[in-house]
Amino acid sequence: MKKLILALAATSMMTSAAFAEEIKIGTILGYTGPIESLTGPMADSAEMAMKEVTESGKLLDGSTVTSVRGDSTCVDSAAATAAAERLITSDKVVAIMGADCSGVTGAILQNVARANGIVMVSPSATSPALSTAEDDGLFFRTAPSDARQGKVISDILNDKGVKSVAITYTNNDYGKGLAESIQKNYEATGGKVTISAAHEDGKGDYSAEVGALAQAGGEVLIVAGYLDQGGKGVIQASLDSGAFDTFVLPDGMIGDSLPLAIGDALNGSYGTVPGTDSKGAEIFDTMAKEKGIKTDAFSAESYDAAALIMLAMQAAKSSNSNDFKDKIMDVANAPGEEILPGELGKALDLIAAGKDIDYVGATAVELIGGGESAGNYREILVDGQKNTTAKFR
Amino acid sequence: MTDFLNAVVILLNFLVVPGLVYGCQLALGALGVTLIYGILRFSNFAHGETMAFGTMFTILATWFLQSNGISLGPVPTALLAMPIGILAAIILILGTDKLVYRFYRKQKSTPVIYLIASLGVMFFYNGLIRFIIGPDDRIFTDGSRFIITAREFKEMTGLDQGLAFKMTQGITIAITVICVVALFWFLTKTRTGKSMRAYSDNEDLALLSGINPDRVVMIAWILTAVLATIAGTLYGLDKSFKPFTYLQILLPIFAAAIVGGLGSPIGAIAGGFVIAFSEVAVTFAYKRVIGYLVPEAYEPEGLVQLLSTDYKFAVSFAILVIVLLVRPTGIFRGQTI
Repeated sequence: MKKLILALAATSMMTSAAFAEEIKIGTILGYTGPIESLTGPMADSAEMAMKEVTESGKLLDGSTVTSVRGDSTCVDSAAATAAAERLITSDKVVAIMGADCSGVTGAILQNVARANGIVMVSPSATSPALSTAEDDGLFFRTAPSDARQGKVISDILNDKGVKSVAITYTNNDYGKGLAESIQKNYEATGGKVTISAAHEDGKGDYSAEVGALAQAGGEVLIVAGYLDQGGKGVIQASLDSGAFDTFVLPDGMIGDSLPLAIGDALNGSYGTVPGTDSKGAEIFDTMAKEKGIKTDAFSAESYDAAALIMLAMQAAKSSNSNDFKDKIMDVANAPGEEILPGELGKALDLIAAGKDIDYVGATAVELIGGGESAGNYREILVDGQKNTTAKFR
Repeated sequence: MTDFLNAVVILLNFLVVPGLVYGCQLALGALGVTLIYGILRFSNFAHGETMAFGTMFTILATWFLQSNGISLGPVPTALLAMPIGILAAIILILGTDKLVYRFYRKQKSTPVIYLIASLGVMFFYNGLIRFIIGPDDRIFTDGSRFIITAREFKEMTGLDQGLAFKMTQGITIAITVICVVALFWFLTKTRTGKSMRAYSDNEDLALLSGINPDRVVMIAWILTAVLATIAGTLYGLDKSFKPFTYLQILLPIFAAAIVGGLGSPIGAIAGGFVIAFSEVAVTFAYKRVIGYLVPEAYEPEGLVQLLSTDYKFAVSFAILVIVLLVRPTGIFRGQTI
């Protein structure tokens, strides 16, 4: 009997020793390039989650997680693909936290992640095109698709009883994708889009654009542009010629400078920007501050992306992408006990004990469709030359 | 009858007034380009940046005046500050001439060398402007914004359609008229102006008759600096000052100068309006205008828009290409390029 127990203990020790491994996760972000100011804090936040899990010692019987950084450059697909290839083949990462910009994310997904069967969780790629991209169930994102923003804006319009709108968008992937998404959602709910016309950024004169928009008509003008670029020019020209009085401002148009520049005439316009009033956001900010991380846009999403990867591993009892890819949706969504930032150790315990969890995290994660954040938006109302929060959606 | 008036008001508000103002701004810019082409015989690519430079100093002076509580009431303070901007532009442009262009004049370089040199000057100005005021958008309009707003117009006339007329639009048109009249008076009535025209028509003959070429060149540069600063400031007042847009506006300005006929001042003005109105008119949606003019049953479903506004620049370049093919000297018989 004694021998048997000893043998059992020995085998169990051996198995646990065999399971504890050094897990590597690739943190592929554009450390150089157009959003390099954001990616530092994004990577730090993701690595904060990995450290938290490692220190808890509860992932897959005491496995450690380390991050291997790769540069996506945000714009150069070839460079991003090469970086991802290197991480997977020579560094042997088992999952990718990234990439950041929509273009390179799609490139890595198609050329590297699918070929090697590696899970990718992007914190910041928002292009609606990624929702329908072939991904073999490997691609997830903690950032909402702009398709979601289109839905939110459509809801706001319907709530306010707006029956017809005109849309103008900045002539790039962001503007076009967002404009199409707004139009699709709004028309599906019976709204009428009188015109959807592009405008170029950096021009001085927008009277021709506004002329066309005004003739098409509409109760409000949706400006899917940038607040310090053409978007502002279009609004100014519309107000000057009396073409439109009320504007709808998606996330690219939300900033303190716009209401100040336009003045009182913008009061009463409304818009949306990603944001949540959940407790998680506050906790995450405090945690980051303690670690000396300066949080910025998409930092919280990065923490959540890394956390989801590790929680899914625990749920699948494996660090193999093919095993845990199906678990990401399970740990992210209800039912189960809600998990906030800083509670990753507790979550790992619960999963190990066979209980369900619902990862809420820093951005109130809720994955929908093909595995993208449902997206929480702050509805903005411009009032007294300031952006004020009307409510959360 | 009211339907007809409504249709007219729509056209005025969205087509005629913006087109007129944009045309004035282009015409003033094209006048500067055409003057340099007439006297120095090269296309001055640094012209857009000269506009931005003069405007920048106007803005700096405006800020100074504003901080001292000086204003012109309903009229923008920038008008008071403009002489400072003009002075700065003159100093800059004469300095550039002394350091850069005079060297090539002594060498008797071909126009294409001047053109490349002006490109270099453009990049230098570009950097200088960003160094002093930065690349950001600056709004420096003050005073009252409108002469008449769309709403006031509706209440006044009882029509359904409004007609807005901005203070800056009124000022642009008024100043352009003054500048053009003054320039033509100068070119046709004064001795210096006549000597400039003589120099432009036939350089050798002018030199033989004792015209001082250095003086002619200097006055041409001064006039260009004045026109550029005025054009730039008016443009900045009407829209907003962003250095990058002054690089962009260079293209329509050149189109205007070439369409009108390079070297011909009347051509520059005509070209400015041709380019401005074609950009607005071809991309305009005529739906509601037609809606007012025809019986309700015939009101068009679509927008009745010839081209989407994306093709705005394409319109001015199409006109440019056609003019160069059919009439290379431009509408008013300027010099061939």
